[in-house]
Amino acid sequence: MTDEPLLRVSALSKFYGSRVGCDNVSFDLWPGEVLAVVGESGSGKTTLLNCLSTRLLPSSGTASYRMRDGQFRELYRMSEAERRFLMRTDWGFVHQNPADGLRMTVSAGANVGERLMAVGDRHYGKIRATAVDWLSRVEIEEDRIDDEPRAFSGGMRQRLQIARNLVTGPRLVFMDEPTGGLDVSVQARLLDLLRGLVTDLGLAAIVVTHDLAVARLLSQRMMVMKDGRVVESGLTDRVLDDPRAPYTQLLVSSILQV
Amino acid sequence: MTDIATYNFAYLDEQTKRMIRRAILKGIAIPGYQVPFASREMPMPYGWGTGGVQVTASIIGPDDVLKVIDQGADDTTNAVSIRAFFKKVADVAVTTETAKATIIQTRHRIPEHPLTAGQVLVYQVPIPEPLRFLEPRETETRKMHALEEYGLMHVKLYEDIAKHGRIATTYAYPVKVEGRYVMDPSPTPKFDNPKMHRSPALQLFGAGREKRIYAVPPFTDVVSLDFEDHPFEIQTFDQPCALCGAENVYLDEVILDDHGGHMFVCSDTDHCEKRREDGHRGHLAPETHLASEKMEPAQ
Repeated sequence: MTDEPLLRVSALSKFYGSRVGCDNVSFDLWPGEVLAVVGESGSGKTTLLNCLSTRLLPSSGTASYRMRDGQFRELYRMSEAERRFLMRTDWGFVHQNPADGLRMTVSAGANVGERLMAVGDRHYGKIRATAVDWLSRVEIEEDRIDDEPRAFSGGMRQRLQIARNLVTGPRLVFMDEPTGGLDVSVQARLLDLLRGLVTDLGLAAIVVTHDLAVARLLSQRMMVMKDGRVVESGLTDRVLDDPRAPYTQLLVSSILQV
Repeated sequence: MTDIATYNFAYLDEQTKRMIRRAILKGIAIPGYQVPFASREMPMPYGWGTGGVQVTASIIGPDDVLKVIDQGADDTTNAVSIRAFFKKVADVAVTTETAKATIIQTRHRIPEHPLTAGQVLVYQVPIPEPLRFLEPRETETRKMHALEEYGLMHVKLYEDIAKHGRIATTYAYPVKVEGRYVMDPSPTPKFDNPKMHRSPALQLFGAGREKRIYAVPPFTDVVSLDFEDHPFEIQTFDQPCALCGAENVYLDEVILDDHGGHMFVCSDTDHCEKRREDGHRGHLAPETHLASEKMEPAQ
């Protein structure tokens, strides 16, 4: 483990006209660390995620990413070509709705193989073998490799999306409500899978969720957002067991006890 | 020909021709890049070669000799009409002989007779964007071309192999031009792709409805996309042309009767006729001496 963070975010703000998307957010993300961003809807967590993943340009602030060569690069100063290259090699983005992150009209194997082909892989046999390997790692049977994601259940689609993102061995994965819209047993299996993959691969991840249980299971560290601002951050267990900010206390006490 | 004076030479007005020539020059300067142009209404429906006709009209001069083919044939409606059109509006000489033509407008074939330096091949293109069926957004496909993001093109070929065991794309087979732009060679059979590679002739592509022009200058690399373990290959035929006995040419299947009778004949009618004049015979060639006989493929 190196003693330098993977991502440095400093005073990041995004305004939509006079409305605040997110305001003055700063943090460091370390290699292999999972950071959860929680808050109610409209609190700016998705705006923050989109800014970090360069899908949106922030109004002000900086974010620098440590490239594979060890050099920090300012994300918003990179050319679009470099950013898109980063997006499909060193990064992953798991959408809440798998249809946004998958190509619904091409087979599961091609979905997984697309990133490999995009970085210049030109051997069909090898691409297919890698796809088979990744499908099995996300618990999709090998004989579904030529099926289109349209024929998959919600949980399978989400797992396929994860495989598609992880196939190039990214170091940082952004997840937007990865378990949203799934029933609880499917959610549990997906979380289990994600936790295993993150640990095995040493991934760093930024997970946006409104579900505190998901945050507790996946993340080591947590940021609580309200009205575009970070109201509290710290180790996940500490924040959830000993919430200090009034809003966090409200949030934690709002969890339904079954 | 009495009312010809009401039309400008080659139908289009001079300003339009200049605009199209600028697009062509830009296309030649950036091989394989789709140049937008202000496509005009032509006296024919979209899909009948409005793009090709505009390109031809912009480059043709009084001394040019024009050949027009449609799927390789000189004698089908589209080819005959376009040839007659330019005869009327530009008063140029026309021919069916590949070697004698200076401009060849084509719909979906490249002639079998090798093209030479100085000749111009004008393609009629229905859909110029090779990525269109994979990515419907024009904004996105233009970005993908700009950033050279062509992984998606291989996704299509991957799907072919996954579904059919081989690359099943047989026409409009994507090519990479001069190591940079991925280009749709128009719906020519992939049989013709190797002919585009380092061709001594200038190749111009016009898409009238889609308002795009692109070009492959002479002696430019045109490489068909493939996988290392599934290399590009062209169609092969297990029998020669039934009329002229030619091998290693692109053949059309022609139905002869209602009882399953059929034959394979050259798709390039000029090539087939030339060979028969030179005395070559296929197994279904009529016995009589033919000189004036024309092959009439079923259309």
